[in-house]
Amino acid sequence: MASVTMKVNGKSVSKDVEGRTLLVDFLRNDLRLTGTHVGCDTSQCGACVVHVNGQAVKACAIFAIEVDGAEVATIEGQANADGSLNVIQQAFQDHHGLQCGFCTPGMVMSAAALLKENPKPSEAEVRSYLEGNICRCTGYHNIVKAIMAASGQDVAAIAAE
Amino acid sequence: MYAFEIERPNTIADAVKALQSDGAQALGGGQTLIPTLKARLAAPEVLVSLTGIGEMQGVCLSDDGALCVGAGTTHATVASEAAAHFPGLAELASHIGDPAVRNRGTLGGSLANNDPAACYPAAVLGTGATIITNTRQIAADDYFQGMFTTALEEGEVITEVRFPIPQKSHYMKFVQPASRFALVGVFVAQYADGVRVAVTGASEEGVFRWHDAEKALAADFSDKALDSLSVPADNMIGDLHGSPAYRAHLVKVMTGRAVKAA
Repeated sequence: MASVTMKVNGKSVSKDVEGRTLLVDFLRNDLRLTGTHVGCDTSQCGACVVHVNGQAVKACAIFAIEVDGAEVATIEGQANADGSLNVIQQAFQDHHGLQCGFCTPGMVMSAAALLKENPKPSEAEVRSYLEGNICRCTGYHNIVKAIMAASGQDVAAIAAE
Repeated sequence: MYAFEIERPNTIADAVKALQSDGAQALGGGQTLIPTLKARLAAPEVLVSLTGIGEMQGVCLSDDGALCVGAGTTHATVASEAAAHFPGLAELASHIGDPAVRNRGTLGGSLANNDPAACYPAAVLGTGATIITNTRQIAADDYFQGMFTTALEEGEVITEVRFPIPQKSHYMKFVQPASRFALVGVFVAQYADGVRVAVTGASEEGVFRWHDAEKALAADFSDKALDSLSVPADNMIGDLHGSPAYRAHLVKVMTGRAVKAA
């Protein structure tokens, strides 16, 4: 066991972990932040995407101890201070960007990372950025629409292919 | 996952020391090794994480004009920092895996693993890069020794890779749609004294140079120069995604496209 300290959604936390404890298990089991999901557990589906020092990473493919001293952002920290949905979350609701919702935390975290890097992405750039986020319900069209809308772009022109 | 200890050294010297203990294994960005550990296909007693070593990070130009990339540099960093000096390499790095994988995966990790369908081996062999370890310098032509096999000795750590910057280059990848690895990927690089062509994803022997194409392209750097060439299907990988003959065909098509795009 080793001690690990990190800032999660702005709050400092310190716990003892095993070397093999994944960040996603640390978040879910130790901190009870169960919004970050485990879909495939083989780092392909992206349901576990969180930000470490502002960068999107798959929390199932990084050990908690490697995040020692870092700032972590999860879906639980995304809402506005008054508890209302942030722009991306609201756009997912408005454009029906989710059905079962399992992939949504990862989708929202990936979208947030994309829009920070590229505030006005093209549809192709959104689709390319979501390569590592798998959704089995929506067929992606409404997710792409939601992200385009969250970036302030007109989505009426985005036709379902 | 079996239990193990993690060491997090801050210097190459400390990492080398930690790797001397029994059952120790280096951990780069973990984008291959962590899934491997979960599948219980590896059982190290100690993992030595290399991501905290500052001297293995970053991209710079050497005095002789080569691009030096620290082995711990992530694909995302190479994609952004190499773009001005060596766009062919930056472009390759920007299409490895997906954005979250690129924020963790490292050049050194990719080369140490030498997956037969990984992208970076094509760039390293296709530029004749030099792999620098804690003990020596290894030419790319001597480094890759078949699927998942390299010239690295037990406990040896890749610290940096030096890429001679080509006049023109491009990497063209035909993506396997499920894994996003290269079904076939070809790196083409033109230098003042010749052309190099390296192919990943296709062969049972791992990354290889297509010498006939190098000769033809040195005489005439156009996709038409490849017209009379063919790639034998012997030793090509055959699986449900593509037969050996299909992969051999793709090698020529992807080489032509890489030349056109260079």
